[in-house]
Amino acid sequence: MSDNKTTLDFREFRERIGDIRGKEYWRSLEELSRGADFEELMQDEFPRQAAPLANGVHRRDFMKLMSASIALAGAAACTPPSGKPEKIVPYVKQPEDLIPGKPLFFATAMPLGGYTTGVLAESHMGRPTKIEGNPDHPSSLGGTDAYMQASILGLYDPDRSQVVRTFGETRTWSDFIGALQPVLKEAAVNGAGLRILTQTVTSPTLGAALRALVAQYPGMQWHQWEPVSGDNKREGLRSAFGGYVNAVYHFDKASVVVSLDSDFMSDGAGHVRYSRDFASRRRVRHDTKSMNRLYAIESSPTSSGSIADHRLSVRPSQIEGCARAIAAGVGLGAAGAIAENASWIAALVRDLQRNQGAAIVVAGDDQPPVVHAIAMAINQAIGAIGTTITITDSPEVEPVNQLESLRRLVTDMNAGSVKALIMLGGNPIFDAPADFNFAAAFDKVPFRAHLSPYYDETSMLSHWHIPETHYLETWGDGRGHDGTVTIQQPLIAPLYNGRAAIEVLATLAGGMDQSPYDAVRSHWMTNGANETLWRKWLNDGVVTNSALPARTASASTSIPAPVAPKQSGGFELRITHDPNIYDGRFANNAWLQELPKPQTKITWENVLLLSPKSANAIGFGDAERDDLFNEKHTLQADLSFRGRTLRVPVWVVPGMPENVATIHFGYGRKHGGKVASEISEKNPGGVDIYPIRFSDGLTGGAGAQITLVRSAGTYPIGCTQEHQSINPKDVGGDRGIIRSGTFDEYQRNPHAILGEEHEAAAEKDESFYPAFEYKGHAWAMVIDTSVCTGCNGCVIACQAENNISVVGKEEVVREREMHWLRIDRYYRGAPENPEVYHQPVPCMQCENAPCEPVCPVEATSHSSEGLNDMTYNRCVGTRYCSNNCPYKVRRFNFFHYADYDTEAMKPMRNPDVTVRTRGVMEKCTYCVQRINAAKIEAEKDGPQGRRVRDGEVTTACQQACPSEAITFGDMNDPSSRVASLKKEPANYALLEDLNTRPRTTYLGAIRNPNPEIRG
Amino acid sequence: MAQKDETPVHEIRPVTQEVRVPERYLPAPTIEPGHSYASITDHISTIVLRKRTPIGWYVGFGISLILISVLTATIGKLVFVGVGIWGINHPVGWGMDIINFVWWIGIGHAGTLISAILLLLRQEWRTSINRFAEAMTLFAVAAAGLYPALHTGRPWYDFWLFPYPNTMTLWPQFRSPLMWDVFAVSTYATVSALFWYVGLIPDLATLRDRATNVVARKIYGMGALGWRGSAKHWYRYETAYLLLAGLSTPLVLSVHTIVSFDFAVAQIPGWHATFFPPYFVAGAVFAGFAMVLTLAIPARKFLKLEDFITMKHLENMGKIMLATGMIVFYSYLMELFLGWYSGNVFERFMVHNRIFGPYWKMYVALIVCNGLAPQMMWFKRFRTSTAFLFITAMFVNVGMWLERFVIIPASLHRDFLPSSWGMYHGSPWDWSMFIGSMGLFLFLLFLFIRFLPMISIFEMRTLLPEAHAHGEEH
Repeated sequence: MSDNKTTLDFREFRERIGDIRGKEYWRSLEELSRGADFEELMQDEFPRQAAPLANGVHRRDFMKLMSASIALAGAAACTPPSGKPEKIVPYVKQPEDLIPGKPLFFATAMPLGGYTTGVLAESHMGRPTKIEGNPDHPSSLGGTDAYMQASILGLYDPDRSQVVRTFGETRTWSDFIGALQPVLKEAAVNGAGLRILTQTVTSPTLGAALRALVAQYPGMQWHQWEPVSGDNKREGLRSAFGGYVNAVYHFDKASVVVSLDSDFMSDGAGHVRYSRDFASRRRVRHDTKSMNRLYAIESSPTSSGSIADHRLSVRPSQIEGCARAIAAGVGLGAAGAIAENASWIAALVRDLQRNQGAAIVVAGDDQPPVVHAIAMAINQAIGAIGTTITITDSPEVEPVNQLESLRRLVTDMNAGSVKALIMLGGNPIFDAPADFNFAAAFDKVPFRAHLSPYYDETSMLSHWHIPETHYLETWGDGRGHDGTVTIQQPLIAPLYNGRAAIEVLATLAGGMDQSPYDAVRSHWMTNGANETLWRKWLNDGVVTNSALPARTASASTSIPAPVAPKQSGGFELRITHDPNIYDGRFANNAWLQELPKPQTKITWENVLLLSPKSANAIGFGDAERDDLFNEKHTLQADLSFRGRTLRVPVWVVPGMPENVATIHFGYGRKHGGKVASEISEKNPGGVDIYPIRFSDGLTGGAGAQITLVRSAGTYPIGCTQEHQSINPKDVGGDRGIIRSGTFDEYQRNPHAILGEEHEAAAEKDESFYPAFEYKGHAWAMVIDTSVCTGCNGCVIACQAENNISVVGKEEVVREREMHWLRIDRYYRGAPENPEVYHQPVPCMQCENAPCEPVCPVEATSHSSEGLNDMTYNRCVGTRYCSNNCPYKVRRFNFFHYADYDTEAMKPMRNPDVTVRTRGVMEKCTYCVQRINAAKIEAEKDGPQGRRVRDGEVTTACQQACPSEAITFGDMNDPSSRVASLKKEPANYALLEDLNTRPRTTYLGAIRNPNPEIRG
Repeated sequence: MAQKDETPVHEIRPVTQEVRVPERYLPAPTIEPGHSYASITDHISTIVLRKRTPIGWYVGFGISLILISVLTATIGKLVFVGVGIWGINHPVGWGMDIINFVWWIGIGHAGTLISAILLLLRQEWRTSINRFAEAMTLFAVAAAGLYPALHTGRPWYDFWLFPYPNTMTLWPQFRSPLMWDVFAVSTYATVSALFWYVGLIPDLATLRDRATNVVARKIYGMGALGWRGSAKHWYRYETAYLLLAGLSTPLVLSVHTIVSFDFAVAQIPGWHATFFPPYFVAGAVFAGFAMVLTLAIPARKFLKLEDFITMKHLENMGKIMLATGMIVFYSYLMELFLGWYSGNVFERFMVHNRIFGPYWKMYVALIVCNGLAPQMMWFKRFRTSTAFLFITAMFVNVGMWLERFVIIPASLHRDFLPSSWGMYHGSPWDWSMFIGSMGLFLFLLFLFIRFLPMISIFEMRTLLPEAHAHGEEH
């Protein structure tokens, strides 16, 4: 401290502060902290506060830190962006349509991977709180997936970037515009140096702006890159149809569906709709005469495959051979066909041929173009094109091979010919193919600007970072899977000073002040809209008749000759995107992070999936696995691919093919926010797989380049469910949890599905005491396990609706996750290729509820309508109710999980649902707040009021479910759907012999196997 | 038995024909010969009234204070942060909190059993250990009481479990076994405390009279409630004591019966069993006697009370341990049999999971500790060896803890739906709470042996032959 420089020089600080003009003073705190001496001062004065920031944040502390960061963020938000005071006025006259306590719904659209899905956003007093599907939008039909449900958390995420930055220093939007001017001046002379990198674009407005820009700056190039690549499909369809086209499937018209490693029900554009269409042919009721059939040929377990009637588990390299074998079967040339499973494929082919014009072969996005081409050739041969598959123009503005597009950009960057790179979204530093060395090329670009919702890996290396708006904050538009356009209207003004891509493009075009609203509106006003139509489009959430028209096209039936088969010894590696956090963009979304993955039930992590035998082969025995699992740990292995080695946790999944290792990319974010990139020794927040994702192996690879070696040590894993089978030998007998059977059996005797004990139990429905008489409503739920794909939409819907807390990985490892609704997954049969069943488990709302009599303070009691009401403020937290609940659906606040402090999170909460405190038990309420809202409405209707009608109350899970597996209603209303489902022969109660008399019941899982295939 | 002055004529035998009974066939004495009223009073009251406290006491008391601070820290953390610091989770809502509660409550059974039931059964040998056992009971109940009070998520609302008049006009839920627990345990604690205190009154008077320190005299005097030892006092005292003994007797059975209802009323396989009440009561007596032995053997040694707590006492306690241990072991076997015999898939799996599941080591240890170790008590050689008795008692102490572990988390962790199965491990805070509760127990015990007569002075005096000089039957 002797040196003058290192002592506290307040004079210097004061001078620096003095230089800053008054108004900017607050916003310049970060500038103040720029100096190294300030850091030193911090370290000296507040070593304890400074240290955790230097060393990264421990996950358990993140809530605390988050609240601190919000305190600062709040300070920033207090300053109006323009600096001029904005007056706010209380309502003197209440605005029309706005009734406090009554939500409004606005139609808008959520983009993902370029394609949009129509949603209805629930708004409470101007705050969006919940996302529902738009029943009028063809990509949704009212269903939602987990991404859509979780997007509401993304809106309020306090980690979202809030200011324009230059290498970490705060700047303003006008600073950016100023810095842009010389670049634009140069581009006006020679546009070739200006590059724009976007993700997939279907937005007509954005597309028009981009095209206009290309016209304005001749030579300017527009590149596209999306790490969850659609290139295979694009190129495959191009080779089949001779141009970039789009295939829209009509699963509701298909009796037979063959999936070639495709997860069409939970992945890709239109999957929500596809799920609903597929389910519409799969629901079996007492009078159902036919049922569709799904053959899944897959290299890793998927949601779609898990409800398949026949599932073939093959190595990734064998899918093409299988496709060729099917093609050979339908008479398209036998070259390269696989010899294995011949009888299985022959039976499949016969089934396809029997269902000419009512069958679909769908190839997965990870399959090479040739498989897509073969699939389309088969579709042509079986008459699917034009009947069950519609071919349209691509909804994308500029369909390109994005890998090649990015490769060109990288080549040009390396050549030094890129003078300015404007990135609208995306995170190429993190997600570009490993062999592109994107960061090195990036460094050679003299002007780099990045529009991004987070200050992420790419932002940090860019000259300019501009915070991007959330889709609920800005105007825009986009196309759905069939080309239907939705105008995306904002629900709230940008929370964090974000800018939309359209705004950035407007500045590039030289226009300074075009708001996204003006841009979108003027685009449509010049493209067929008028005031009436505009209002109608906004109201409906779809632009009338904007679906792309069907093209009369036919697929080429000449199949590309097989390339010499790749060497396929040793392990095959399959790399695909994560089912929860997608390509990594949702990594900071704690709801998605904590969501148990559909197949593995793992949270917060990506793991290397192996079959049981493959795990044994690397020395990971079954007994060791069980022991480790009991401690919520798993083994780690070193995965080497082309000389790069990653240490990954290993997870064994029944149904994986032998010698195949599957891993999901998207994890391992370094700068994605506090949730995304928690850095600690024990919990690194997943492994970054992009370093082994090469441009010629985006979906993995095969052969001797892959080695997998067991490494020392174990790794804690937040898995919410053991890899449970319900094979009687594992669980002591048939527990009757999943009742299943085949469609043939069902038609012979619909009751046989449920087994013999069921009938016995049903007869013994007698009690010592007279049953309670439910005179009013009797709420009940029926869940159809035949159509549940385990997609998790309901789980997040429940979390959003009911303000359910996130607990963090450490608490999940301690088995304390809080989801009120969980999806149980069971295996049956041999672990090589078991049957998979999904069973959503909300509270059963038992009539003889075991939880009720044991509560010493009567905090859980029975309502006159049959609900197990939970009185949070009476609960003392003995946990006896949870112990005595045979379904284990009760959730306890072991700590104060709810975040009471983070200001940003408060507006997100559903105001109709209590935010629970520490020490209190909570559980599914059948969305009692929705029931009561409907009852109030019914009461107001007419002088005497009326009874709530069937369908007026939908629970959050029911509303979200893409496959409409959940039905809710009043059992006392004989005309209700739920009452009729309760009479279905396949209706059964979980653990019914305990005589808990649950109100939630299930319909047995009915599969429709081909009688020609045995086993 | 008292010596009679007049020998009936028909019993007169020639001296030469007198049979010398070998010593080992004589009943062991409940007090060693050579004591007088004065020596008993001196011996016992000196332990309390002596000026110099032995170093050993300071050491023990110091250790207990350290453990108490561990307890205080744990409780502080618990109240400020939440029960999440423990190892409990979603399938296993009760862990070491309830294990330790039941363990302590079980230990708290011996005192009342010895005092009340053995009093009513006129087992005179109880006299020298009853005070000590009662104190142990009280302290164990105090330690036990910590758990239900603190295991709740919001302990500051625990008073809602009591039926008190309130503005919400809400009763507690009388159908809940936890509610019954509140009554059972609080009644037991109250009656035990009264019984113990009433028994202390004559001795407090003795201490008052013998104390040289003014402060001590005042304090003991207040406790003695003006006891003068008049015949009227003795008369009323005896009546009150007998009445309390009568009241306590059903409580010995009721407390653990009701504690067992916490489990038996629930429908979890492994809990839902009709034989739980007798099984639990036997287990409690078993545990209680083991703990009395655990404490009495060292106390007798260090405080030189071998004359009063004789081998006969220890041997009798060993016998009771054997008897109750057999009941407990029988219950284990019945549990297995009934699980199998039920034919119910969940019950059968529970049995299987106990023996072969992830907690099989606990189960094996349980059988060794509670099933096999007490079998040593068949042999007089082991029964009369303090070392063996102590070892056996330690086995039982551990075994009874394991029993509750096997019943509570090991039943909860794998119940009906395999999807919800999990594991339970006590966290460091679970253990610190347990160790801390031992600290509380020891703390109270050390205070007790220093400041109160650990053996009933006046009752010991009745054991002397002089007390029976008039041939009266007790």
